[in-house]
Amino acid sequence: MNARREILLAVIILALIVGVGIRAPAFVALSSLLGVLTDTSFLFMLALAQMAVLLTRGIDLSVAANLALTGMVVALVNHAAPGVPIAAIVVLAIAFGAALGLVNGALIAGLGIPPIVVTLGTLAVYRGMIFIIAHGAWLTSKDMSAAFLSVPKAEFLGFSSLVWIAAAVALAFWIYLNHTLAGRALYAVGGNPVAARYCGIDLGRQQLTVYTLAGAVSGLCGYLWVSRYGIAYSDIALGYELTVIAACVIGGVSIAGGVGSVSGALLGALFLGVIVNALPVINVSPFWQMAISGAVILAAVIVNSRTERRGGKLILPEARRSAAAVPGVARS
Amino acid sequence: MSEVAAPTRYQVADHAPRTLSDFLLRWETILVGLLILTIVVNAILTPYFLDVGNLLDATFNFSEKAMIALAMALLIIVRDIDLSVAAIVALVSLTMGLTAKAGADTGMLLVVALGVGAACGAVNGALVTGLALPSIVVTIGTMSLFRGIAQVVLGDQALTEYPDALLSIGQGYIGAGVPVSFAVFLLLALCVGFVMHKTPLGRRIFAIGANPDASRFSGIPVARIRFGLFVLSGLLAGLAAWFLTGRIGSTRPNIAQGWELEVVTVVILGGVSIAGGSGTIPGVVLAVFVLGLTTFGMSLMNVPGIVINVLLGLLLIVVLAAPIVIRRWMAFRR
Repeated sequence: MNARREILLAVIILALIVGVGIRAPAFVALSSLLGVLTDTSFLFMLALAQMAVLLTRGIDLSVAANLALTGMVVALVNHAAPGVPIAAIVVLAIAFGAALGLVNGALIAGLGIPPIVVTLGTLAVYRGMIFIIAHGAWLTSKDMSAAFLSVPKAEFLGFSSLVWIAAAVALAFWIYLNHTLAGRALYAVGGNPVAARYCGIDLGRQQLTVYTLAGAVSGLCGYLWVSRYGIAYSDIALGYELTVIAACVIGGVSIAGGVGSVSGALLGALFLGVIVNALPVINVSPFWQMAISGAVILAAVIVNSRTERRGGKLILPEARRSAAAVPGVARS
Repeated sequence: MSEVAAPTRYQVADHAPRTLSDFLLRWETILVGLLILTIVVNAILTPYFLDVGNLLDATFNFSEKAMIALAMALLIIVRDIDLSVAAIVALVSLTMGLTAKAGADTGMLLVVALGVGAACGAVNGALVTGLALPSIVVTIGTMSLFRGIAQVVLGDQALTEYPDALLSIGQGYIGAGVPVSFAVFLLLALCVGFVMHKTPLGRRIFAIGANPDASRFSGIPVARIRFGLFVLSGLLAGLAAWFLTGRIGSTRPNIAQGWELEVVTVVILGGVSIAGGSGTIPGVVLAVFVLGLTTFGMSLMNVPGIVINVLLGLLLIVVLAAPIVIRRWMAFRR
């Protein structure tokens, strides 16, 4: 949508990489940069899923809890039955995550409870379920089969499997959001729900779709996360939902719905990924990470609001006048 | 024109007649029912629950959160939200620790706590109202920023040098075993409840939530009031941090972690609509008690905290879903 903004973000990311590279040349080595991509692949996938939700004026705070719960479920399955093929584990992860997402979608679309409330509730429930189903235990890599742990370690053409999976997810989202009716409908719903309804687009169905989709992606990430880091317990990816939303905001996705692009979300995630990986390299205490991402989120949302205001097209002069008469009144 | 019957002076029908079922289906009535249920179930399950001393001591665990919830309720009523409250608690506790190290006494620490809290709130308010940004994004950003600053300064250290007077307030009682923090919360709740339900300012705040545009056209200083509410939120987070720091006597970067979600849960359970414009302070206070006593009862029975969270999450969803399902079912029967 806003190509100039995305080019700017890409330039900033490049400048950041070059700047860090001057201080610490090891950072710009190919293997190190590939490592950054691999580390960021979870954020790529989750940011895309979150973007689809944000497009419909929703929000999904339960993605990280879903990730952790699904990760624990597949780890337990693997522990109990190491013989289950990995393909089945992956399908189980996606299906289980999708089912958790469907619960969100059903409560939001079916009962009309606001998304932030529903996902706040399911966030607590999913996190706690991990503790309950595992009886508070931790599963570590020695509880998992070699095949289970092998997937994130696999490489193809120099890129790790995580990057390939993230790329496939990104391609799927790009096709879905830009080249299918269902995907365009998300933008319509977020841009103007009333007009979308008059065009025959069912908001409830879009909501069911995006929350289920967000759940499926979270579930997939759950398996990948647990197998990559070799640990499953109730606190994995704690608070990660906010990082995901931050990536979207930095990438120019509007929290008010209807605005966002696949490339933007990917760049936003990459930006955070580069920062997280660069800090230790240039000997900045990792404790800085949180403060920096906070400052970046604020900067991004300020920039977003400026560009949105400039690019916003008001069709009716009346609307322009009434908008001018009410400064500072914005729905949040 | 003249055919319209003039309403007699004492029969202005400004609301529908109140019926018993209206009263029974009121959110506060449901909450009172839930509260009684909580007390009865807990009293049956554990003999230690119905002990006045125990119950009063239990308030230590939720009074600080409850203070923040009062401000959060007002913000949600005007369609805003402040997710940075817990991070403000962390930042305030950090500055308290640093100034206490430099020799500040308890009164000075209170001034510091309120000042830093209000300043953080003002940052949020300025960004939200001055630049017209969505509050949820702004406060996610400041949440990272404020807690991030606390992390940068503290690292993996803890500040523990606090004056004894602060500790004895944080863990102290007024009169017959009423914790200070609980008494302050009740007092604050009374003030906020009075302002919200009995003064023009309160009506204005509800009006903003119901329709910000119409409120602005009616001459209500919408931006100024919203800014003020963010400052209030920071101020009460600062006060909560003062009590919390005194109660636990130490500051770590993860102090009050995750409180923002608990506070929002209390407010929503208290019947404040996330869409803005409706809610009551008595409802929020009742929800504070329901959640606080549920948590207390379950911890008496050695239920782990994370399992309690599952039940609270379920409670939040069920409590919101139940009236909708019941209403649909009744409409379906008709």
